[in-house]
Amino acid sequence: MADEHALAHSVAETVARRSYGKLIAYLAARTGDVAGAEDALADAFAEALVHWPVSGCPENAEAWLLTVARRKGLDRARRRQYEDTTDEDLEQAGAALKEGAEIPDRRLALLFACAHPALNPAVRAPLMLQAVMGLDAARIATAFLASPAAMSKRLVRAKSKIREAGIPFRLPEREELGERLNAVLAAIYAAYTEGWADAAGTDAFRQELSGEAIFLARLVAELLPEEPEALGLCALLLYAEARRGARRDAAGEFVPFERQEVTRWDGAMIAEAERLLGRAGVAGRMGRYQLEAALQSAHIARHRAGWNNWTDVLQLYDALLALTASPVVAVNRALAVAEVEGAAAGVAALPNPEGDARLRTYQPYWAVRAELLARAGDGNGARHAYEVAIGLERDPAIQRFLREKQAQVGK
Amino acid sequence: MQYLLMLYGDESAWTRMTKEQQEQGAAAYFAYTEALKQAGVLRGSNRLRPSQTATRMRAENGKTQVLDGPFADSKEKLGGYYLIEAPDLDAAMSWTARCPGVQHGTVEVRAIWQMGEAGY
Repeated sequence: MADEHALAHSVAETVARRSYGKLIAYLAARTGDVAGAEDALADAFAEALVHWPVSGCPENAEAWLLTVARRKGLDRARRRQYEDTTDEDLEQAGAALKEGAEIPDRRLALLFACAHPALNPAVRAPLMLQAVMGLDAARIATAFLASPAAMSKRLVRAKSKIREAGIPFRLPEREELGERLNAVLAAIYAAYTEGWADAAGTDAFRQELSGEAIFLARLVAELLPEEPEALGLCALLLYAEARRGARRDAAGEFVPFERQEVTRWDGAMIAEAERLLGRAGVAGRMGRYQLEAALQSAHIARHRAGWNNWTDVLQLYDALLALTASPVVAVNRALAVAEVEGAAAGVAALPNPEGDARLRTYQPYWAVRAELLARAGDGNGARHAYEVAIGLERDPAIQRFLREKQAQVGK
Repeated sequence: MQYLLMLYGDESAWTRMTKEQQEQGAAAYFAYTEALKQAGVLRGSNRLRPSQTATRMRAENGKTQVLDGPFADSKEKLGGYYLIEAPDLDAAMSWTARCPGVQHGTVEVRAIWQMGEAGY
């Protein structure tokens, strides 16, 4: 009995992981009610854990869950006297169960609903992680450094807006697809960067978050294979993920990119990224994520082969800066400028932090500024910039690395 | 809005540290303070003397009572604070996460009740 229970539990978990988003998307697409779909599916999973140990795991677990979830959803709808849910839904689900037919994949429509322009950009990534991946509000809050109560409130508000404002669950028309897709990609990228912050690998959830973001990026690339930016984002995340472990040495100290051991990179992941980037290039429509992926590719090629490709890198940064006008891009570009035209030119290429509060609290800006000032011979300026960078950093290993660099200024 | 970051920690840990560790600890706080200043959000900050020097007072039935420390009500003691300006709780939390206090203790962040704000 205990074994059967454990088995039912593990099957339910596997199904949950693999099909959660698919089931939510299918359930919510008709009613527009994400929260309702989540509640119904949670009820269905609970019921599965009661029945499966007794009657055995059904052959088509997804269809079983869908049928029960629909019935639960219907019960709730009736209790609330909603009139827009009919028995027809239940019959359709029943048919899927009998024939063992595949449940149609509407996750892409769900992703577009979660990244709808009518929703606050800050809630889009958390919403995707919850609706498509089934992560709970408390864990999402931890990853995004928000309080669990506030995150939960934001998610509830977003879901009720989707339902009440009638945000559609469909793929956008071709003319608006590019812009809408960017919102989806930006949210996935945001989720990935939150997970990437945990370089030490001590925070299991953050590491998991990167994995979830890559899952979503692969999903979008698979479902929209003709969209070069979807492929570009997937490539970008894989390039980064391939180097995740190499950012720390055996003693847990920070290893900057130029000193990373190539053997500790994931070669298969880099190869996959190269293939995706190549396929994206065929479309001949350049974009932000393809450019960022191309930069990763160039940095990796330089490090592996030892050749100097800084002029190419600078050209890519120029294109990226022209496209995004992002101060973050300008900071990284300044490093490339310094490599090609010298440290003083690099300092001059740094963006101006006056009146830009975000840049003034952006650790890499101060670290790059310190590095360039040190190379240009301004020791005092460099030491002060390192001081600010250290104060802005959360990770003790990176703080120690910066402290060491600071101590070396002028030596 | 203003937020008070209250730094709680185990006081005896500091005295158990080597001189070098203490210097590193102080340097982390110096860098953090510098970053807050540079961002223009620092409104005040102080480190408190150890809690065994604390005195508590309360009036009961019109009689003032004085209680001399140390008080053993919790292991982590308030050791200092930062008063910062931040547009919302998320921004205040992102500053709190960078505070060296979170590495060796607990930092509690609370919004300041603004003068003239309606109480409820």
